[in-house]
Amino acid sequence: MRSTIGILLALLGLFAVTSTQATDNWPTPPATVVPVSSQISGPLTGGTADHSKLEVLKKPFASGPEVTKACLSCHTETGKHFMKNIHWTWEWRNPETNQLLGKKHLINNFCTNSRGNEGMCAQCHAGYGWKDENFDFNNENNIDCLVCHETTGTYYKTPNSAGSPACSVMFEGKPPIDFSLVAQSVNLPQRANCGACHFNGGGGDNVKHGDLSSALKNPTRQLDVHMGVDGLNFACTACHVTKQHVWAGSRYQLEAKDHDGVGKPGQRRDVATCESCHGLEPHPVDSLAAFKRNDHISSIACQTCHIPEFARGGVATMTEWDWRTAGKTRNGEGYHEHGYTQGNGEHRYTYKSIKGTFTYGENLVPLYRWFNGQMNYTTIDTKFDVTKPVAINDFVGSRDDGRSRIWPFKQMRTWMPADLGNGTLVYNHLWGEDSDSYWGNYDMGKAIAHGMKEFGLPYSGQFGFVETLSYWPITHMVTPKENALTCENCHAKDGRLNGVEGLYLPGRDNNYWVDLIGVIAVLGTLFAIIGHALIRIFSSKGAPH
Amino acid sequence: MATRRVRIFTLFERFWHWSQMLLIMFLMFTGFGVHGFHHVLNFEHAVTLHTLAAFALLLLWAFSIFWLFTTRNWRHFIPTVKGMWGVLRFYILGIFKGEHHPYRKAFWRKHNPLQALTYLMLKIVLFPLIWGSGLIYLFYFVWRDIPHATEWLDGVALVHTGAAFTILTFVLIHVYMLTTGHSFRAHVMPMIDGFDEVDLTPEEEAYLQNDEPENIR
Repeated sequence: MRSTIGILLALLGLFAVTSTQATDNWPTPPATVVPVSSQISGPLTGGTADHSKLEVLKKPFASGPEVTKACLSCHTETGKHFMKNIHWTWEWRNPETNQLLGKKHLINNFCTNSRGNEGMCAQCHAGYGWKDENFDFNNENNIDCLVCHETTGTYYKTPNSAGSPACSVMFEGKPPIDFSLVAQSVNLPQRANCGACHFNGGGGDNVKHGDLSSALKNPTRQLDVHMGVDGLNFACTACHVTKQHVWAGSRYQLEAKDHDGVGKPGQRRDVATCESCHGLEPHPVDSLAAFKRNDHISSIACQTCHIPEFARGGVATMTEWDWRTAGKTRNGEGYHEHGYTQGNGEHRYTYKSIKGTFTYGENLVPLYRWFNGQMNYTTIDTKFDVTKPVAINDFVGSRDDGRSRIWPFKQMRTWMPADLGNGTLVYNHLWGEDSDSYWGNYDMGKAIAHGMKEFGLPYSGQFGFVETLSYWPITHMVTPKENALTCENCHAKDGRLNGVEGLYLPGRDNNYWVDLIGVIAVLGTLFAIIGHALIRIFSSKGAPH
Repeated sequence: MATRRVRIFTLFERFWHWSQMLLIMFLMFTGFGVHGFHHVLNFEHAVTLHTLAAFALLLLWAFSIFWLFTTRNWRHFIPTVKGMWGVLRFYILGIFKGEHHPYRKAFWRKHNPLQALTYLMLKIVLFPLIWGSGLIYLFYFVWRDIPHATEWLDGVALVHTGAAFTILTFVLIHVYMLTTGHSFRAHVMPMIDGFDEVDLTPEEEAYLQNDEPENIR
């Protein structure tokens, strides 16, 4: 009996030892971690249907739209809902600035414009076949359900038009898609679904945002405390909550300061702010410092302290792009150069004939600025001074407007083509089967003339390059709290908030004159005392007094 | 008129003095840390300890103000010009000639006129300035949304820092003064055991000897 207990105790002890070892690794998981539980997609987790059992999906499909037709046969209202969202419209009018935004219209300082290049760019349109102005935005069957919902990882998209043979060669030789298999695999969107486009914005992994990369497909808790597979394992939609296929969280109209917090049960389907889950007093008040931290949220975005660096997890982001060097060829053909090896060991191009020269960065400290959530875009019809750097998306904010906070940004700097005569940006005709498309023919003048003419826009005929800046609010790759910034990251001379105006920051700020006079007074007193004492010592008669 | 050793500083007064001394030194240290003059403590600890020490000092002041007024000891700090010139002359001139300090402590006047005036100024100007600005600073979270809050905070911080420098200057002079007149030890001891030499009237002497024999030696 006693020996049995002994063995049991020994086993228990062994168990205790092994489990301690297991937790010792935590929160740094083994490198090849496999997600065991499914991703958390917010309140919708726990479906009521297994799509692999549905008869309507158990048949061969010849194309994507056929699958969509099957989807809509049950989800009868979804098509109407979906057509309202920006993934479909690529268009959004800002009610405050009245600017017409969306990928359909905007110019960015990466690959410049998707307008006129939809044959290539609309691979990331959540639909089928948008290659020119003739696309039917009212045909529900053109919706691509699979790109967001399939979970096999075998589904892919290719350009909607052939493009120049020099480029289209990249997309050849892919295995055919088993539409029946992918249709039966549908589920709530996984990180990889959203990431297929959002991780690759700007033309490659993490090129654009800096805080959205393929590293978030299976991130560790250290990389992102919410999405970490060894932590909460959130899908994107856990925060970007959905109501009738419209998602919360927009870069065009960002809530820089949330006054409402979690709201009542059933409310708050409209924002993806930190406060909508964590409330307006997010730090448990167990110390004076925690109380003070809660006080900080009026002025400091959560992201500022909780995302100390972006482009983490081994995937670099692009920080500078120079279109001026584009168009060089070898033996009449475009080429590319490797020149940067990122944290995860992969090589990145530092030059491409079709795009120019790139600069990358990893583990970058953001730029910090007051931000009221409102972006103002330099659009195709904005006139500006071409001799000065122009902000593609500019923003303002101040301590006193009641809606701003200090936010972290990625700053992107690009020398890109513009109409120097008219002082505007240009629509560049990059993708096409014709002889004007830049990607294949390398004649920037012809490409711009074509792109502007196609949309009836004025073009002086004199193109050149302007220095442009764009600003990307950093909000993903939230680090665990133990890695968040500490007070002295900002409360110090030469701290992170150097150059941020409109606040008195103890430890950083001081009044020059008060400090100068104070130090002189203290030192002066010391010298006076020493002088007084010396006179006493040398002049004293009799007893030392 | 007899000169006797009399307990002029009660136990509370001595406790008050020394705990106040420690708290002020600590507040100086943590405060100048927050201000960025040194980085011995990290910012979070410096702010936390500064705040806690400030609360402790406020509590001590609450007790001491109550004590001053209930025991009538506030009268020691009534300013007077009587004898002021003699004291000033001593520090400017007499001290170098080996003269003795002109002031004689009386039972109800344990500070010389210069001391009384200095301590009074400390009590009614400098201390209210530093704890007033400190409290306003500490409660910034209450008024942070008034117009021009950051400019006001700038001013509050300016006053707070300025007062801190002035108090540090006082501390330096205060400590140096202990070396003047009698010996350093003779100056410090009264604040330790409470006894100092005091000129007593025959009535005071008789009263102390009959009714408070433990307070006279």
